[in-house]
Amino acid sequence: MTTPLITADNLTIRMDRQEVLTKVSLSIQRAEIVTILGPNGSGKSTLLRALLGILRPASGTVTQRPGLVIGYVPQKLAVDRTLPMTVRRFLSLPVRVTDADAEAALIRVGLPEVAGRQMADLSGGQFQRVLLARALLTRPDLLILDEPTQGLDQPGEAAFYRLIEEVRRETGVAVLMVSHDLHVVMAASDRVICLNGHVCCEGTPRVVSNAPEYRALFGLGTQGALALYQHVHDHSHDHGHDHSHHGHDHAHHNHKDHHHA
Amino acid sequence: MGMTTRTTTTKTTTMLDDFLIRAALAGVGLALATGPLGSFVVWRRMAYFGDATAHAAILGVAMALATDLPVVAGTLTVALAMAVTVSTLAARGWAMDTTLGVLAHSALALGLVAVSFVPGARTDLSAWLFGDILAVSRGDLLFIWGGAGLVVALMLWRWQALLTATLNEDLAHASGLNPARERLVLTLALAVVVAVAIKVVGALLIAAMLIIPAAAARGLARTPESMAVLASLIGAASTLGGLQLSLWQDTPAGPSIITAAAVIFALSASLGRMRRG
Repeated sequence: MTTPLITADNLTIRMDRQEVLTKVSLSIQRAEIVTILGPNGSGKSTLLRALLGILRPASGTVTQRPGLVIGYVPQKLAVDRTLPMTVRRFLSLPVRVTDADAEAALIRVGLPEVAGRQMADLSGGQFQRVLLARALLTRPDLLILDEPTQGLDQPGEAAFYRLIEEVRRETGVAVLMVSHDLHVVMAASDRVICLNGHVCCEGTPRVVSNAPEYRALFGLGTQGALALYQHVHDHSHDHGHDHSHHGHDHAHHNHKDHHHA
Repeated sequence: MGMTTRTTTTKTTTMLDDFLIRAALAGVGLALATGPLGSFVVWRRMAYFGDATAHAAILGVAMALATDLPVVAGTLTVALAMAVTVSTLAARGWAMDTTLGVLAHSALALGLVAVSFVPGARTDLSAWLFGDILAVSRGDLLFIWGGAGLVVALMLWRWQALLTATLNEDLAHASGLNPARERLVLTLALAVVVAVAIKVVGALLIAAMLIIPAAAARGLARTPESMAVLASLIGAASTLGGLQLSLWQDTPAGPSIITAAAVIFALSASLGRMRRG
């Protein structure tokens, strides 16, 4: 493995004397797509803001590879109605870009026609794509996206993750994003980190979806009962951290069998 | 405007001798700074913030008069202190609406009480409250243009960073900017504008001079830059229109300027409505 782009080592963050994150460690490699998954209030956005250097950790460290360029897409960006802002103008903040670069970035995200539109007039999906285009203009090594598909419908969400995947394939950019729904990130992520103040479990989407910690956290209705059953029988869980696909797949088949029986 | 009757040798001397020309130049100079700064006040919803800072200037006037310091020093110091206090409280997450209301009105009341203790100051109190643009001296003019120039230079220098931080502080931070520093830039600019504007439109109407031209420009602009420039132009036009009104109808100059700005705002708003259909 090469030097990670960014590493968090035993990161603890306190806000208003309350511990929001406890000893979180993670690292992101080049060209991998990692999703942080967790319920509301689990510290997902806090973790991203700590990695970006906006929040100062109470203990632990964040190490960025020297010269790392991060493209950031914030969770909420409300363009005040009083602020006139065309898409073209927005792309030049804070670093001015040429018209050619701006056009290429908009074409890349599938919005060749919006340069002259007002940011406030864009649909939710268009807005997120413009934010992504702006982040890409800095030629980042790492994209950090905070709930990038919030407010999008399912097809919009799927299309956005496809776009992320395409961009990764073309540019080799690493992607770290936050979501609260495993299903939609399943296809797009190489690795999922399940967060609830601390790292609960970690692995491929498949491994995490079968992990009892994940199921306990998200309480998946009838599946919850199955998860409980699986918890008892899932012997491979002890080895869960070596991400043994086979063990989990096996367990998965097991509980399906029981379901049909 | 009556200049022709004079027989002074150089033309510039003639011009600046005319109080109306000096008044117009003072207002236009102020408008240069209030256009871009007022736009940020509108975008960042700092209207009350401007009010608190401007009202505090009256306290500065009282202190300067009591201690025989130049009034400018007093207004600048107190406006700066108030602006820094307010932005510190805002950063700590106080309930800003209430806090600013308390600070703005307390500063004004305290200033008025303080002024009443200064012998002789009571008489020209209304000059500080509503401005005295027709009494602007050459020295005042120099100060107004110097201050406005400083503010414009500051805003030009920080423009991209200010806009990014206004849009989203996390986004600015992730781009390697420091949003707190940009807030401080606006705070400083606001204090300078207050010190400059008190002579022109008075403490009570400084916030109006910041907000109304910018609000009038909003409907006509497509980019932040065009809004800022338009706000300056509207501010300058309001000054000239207000002075004209004051001349014809013998109305107080400061309030006349703001009235003119309000009329332009109304025109702009109805134009925008017609355009939207």
